[in-house]
Amino acid sequence: MDLSSINAASLIASLMVASTPILLAALGEMVVEKAGVLNLGVEGMMIAGAVCGFVIAVETGSPLAGFAFAAFGGAVLSLLFGVLTQYLLSNQVATGLGLTLFGLGLSALLGQGYVGQKAPPIARLDIPVLSDLPFVGPVLFSHDVMLYLSLAMVAGVAWWLKNARGGLILRSVGENHDAAHALGYKVVRIRLMAIMFGGACAGLGGAYLSLVRVPTWVEGMTAGAGWIALAIVVFASWKAGRVLLGAYLFGGITVLQLNLQAAGAKLPVVVLDSSPFVITIVVLVVMSSARNRAALAAPASLGRPFHASG
Amino acid sequence: MVRLEQRPSPSAFWTYATPILAVLATMVAGGVLFALLGTNPVAVIRTIFWDPLFGEFAFYYRGQLLVKAGPLILIAIGLSMGFRAGIWNIGAEGQYIMGAICGAGAGLAFYPSESFLIFPVMIIAGALGGWAWSMIPAILKTRFGTNEILVSLMLVYVAENILASVSSGLLRNPEGQGFPGSRNLRNWDAAANTEIITGSGMHWGVVAAFIAVILAYITLSRHMLGFQIRLTGESPRAARFASVNPTALILICMGLSGALAGLAGLFEVAGPAGQISIDFNSGYGFTAIIVAFLGRLNPIGILLAGLLLALTYIGGEAAQSNLGLPSAAIQLFQGMLLFFLLAMDVFANFRLRFGRVGVS
Repeated sequence: MDLSSINAASLIASLMVASTPILLAALGEMVVEKAGVLNLGVEGMMIAGAVCGFVIAVETGSPLAGFAFAAFGGAVLSLLFGVLTQYLLSNQVATGLGLTLFGLGLSALLGQGYVGQKAPPIARLDIPVLSDLPFVGPVLFSHDVMLYLSLAMVAGVAWWLKNARGGLILRSVGENHDAAHALGYKVVRIRLMAIMFGGACAGLGGAYLSLVRVPTWVEGMTAGAGWIALAIVVFASWKAGRVLLGAYLFGGITVLQLNLQAAGAKLPVVVLDSSPFVITIVVLVVMSSARNRAALAAPASLGRPFHASG
Repeated sequence: MVRLEQRPSPSAFWTYATPILAVLATMVAGGVLFALLGTNPVAVIRTIFWDPLFGEFAFYYRGQLLVKAGPLILIAIGLSMGFRAGIWNIGAEGQYIMGAICGAGAGLAFYPSESFLIFPVMIIAGALGGWAWSMIPAILKTRFGTNEILVSLMLVYVAENILASVSSGLLRNPEGQGFPGSRNLRNWDAAANTEIITGSGMHWGVVAAFIAVILAYITLSRHMLGFQIRLTGESPRAARFASVNPTALILICMGLSGALAGLAGLFEVAGPAGQISIDFNSGYGFTAIIVAFLGRLNPIGILLAGLLLALTYIGGEAAQSNLGLPSAAIQLFQGMLLFFLLAMDVFANFRLRFGRVGVS
């Protein structure tokens, strides 16, 4: 095994690129869960975003238009989930699973003419002096605009949930929807907006996968990223800062195992390929067994349907 | 102004009517979708739902119906037990793969013996493989309170990686010129899961599925375990007062669904599929979730729903070859079916009230 072929700076830079899809999806899902809704359809919304973004980017030649449409597509798909669970009061677990199956089928259908094409490249935001710095340059100052946007969104969501009036209302809906309803807040409307934000974020995450990370369209290309994003929300105990930490840790594991495979590690491929999933399970176990801390941090109304009687 | 008023208990009429309405709505919505894609919707619906049963080549397709329905019903019966109790095993696909690997592995260890014991040993190994794989989320849930949905799902991806690894490594056919994939079990009489009646598609897996339907029906309607499952699902608090042991219930429901999924995998690998290969699994574990819901988590309903979804698989393949429809369209169709079903459940649980709310 030749570890010297692994360059630390490019490793960290590719780690950040690999983590961004999961980061975006997990951040959106965290806001949804903060509003008390459990949307298990992240995988379906991500793959829908991936195909929407890819198709529009190829057709228009503009990756940014692709990203915009991916967010729109993810939001529309999540609205389906929202109407079913909020107005028709369907089971959130079953509806989320249905959304994933639906999204996988829909994306394969939409993308069938685009398999094997290349995405138009997204411009790197090279900052004159800073990008040329040794080590720090390639790590921090030579990424694309979406990566910086994802980091800005983490800060924005963290601030908004903690300090803004809207964030407080959203959290109150997630903690106790009956009390929020009694105070006159429109529980269903607020939850719908949160669900759509989550869908848009998952769509952006998917598009980052098909436009920057891979960058091409492959059927079923999310390959479990949406489920890992769901696990990261639990890992993060519903805190934006920790979502960032979690996503980068998992991105790190993915990139590291790919680099180890390339460097000819002695470990069998099956162990390396499975490692992100196995480590996710281990982390979930640790988080859930740590004296129920994770359970206490979960929004109290998470997954419970709200129906204003009367 | 439309309001929803909760019914004291779900309406019996709507409980049975919604699956039928959902199927009809899916056909209409699917037809619109295909029309948008530029194919004749009537031809598509006919190719999927009519031709396999009554068309020119129906003699071939009818046999396929049981071949596809067998694993779907077997897996869905297991899942429905857990779903009823609020235990969400959604990693049946992984348990299906592990059952196939363990069962085929146990059989291939004795190659080329012709003992009549080999097939029974494979069946037991297949069930154990699926059971063991489902015990991971079950024990993590009971021991540490870990979410079984996420863990069982993560294990599907791990199982897929294991499948890829063994089909080009441990179980690879030594006489296969280095191609990935195991020996073909169908060419080995002692291990082959043959058709019992030629041309009917009836193999041992289908028999197992029918037995599972009957046993599940008796368990749910007559046995204490079935009562505890239903009670836990409808009111976990009442179940605690009735001294239902939640830990035991989780282990039983998860284990049962895992073992049945493992069995389905074994019957598939020894019969219709024939060998362990990288693309051996075809999504039965996920489609079975739709089967379980469409059948209202009721064994008889699951039997009918399994046959219907088997029809969409077969009709989908026919539409693929005759009309050039992409295979993903069927997946979309199945997802839509689940959506319509969940949406229409509102009629079973609520009454629609029109007009303004009066002040009381």
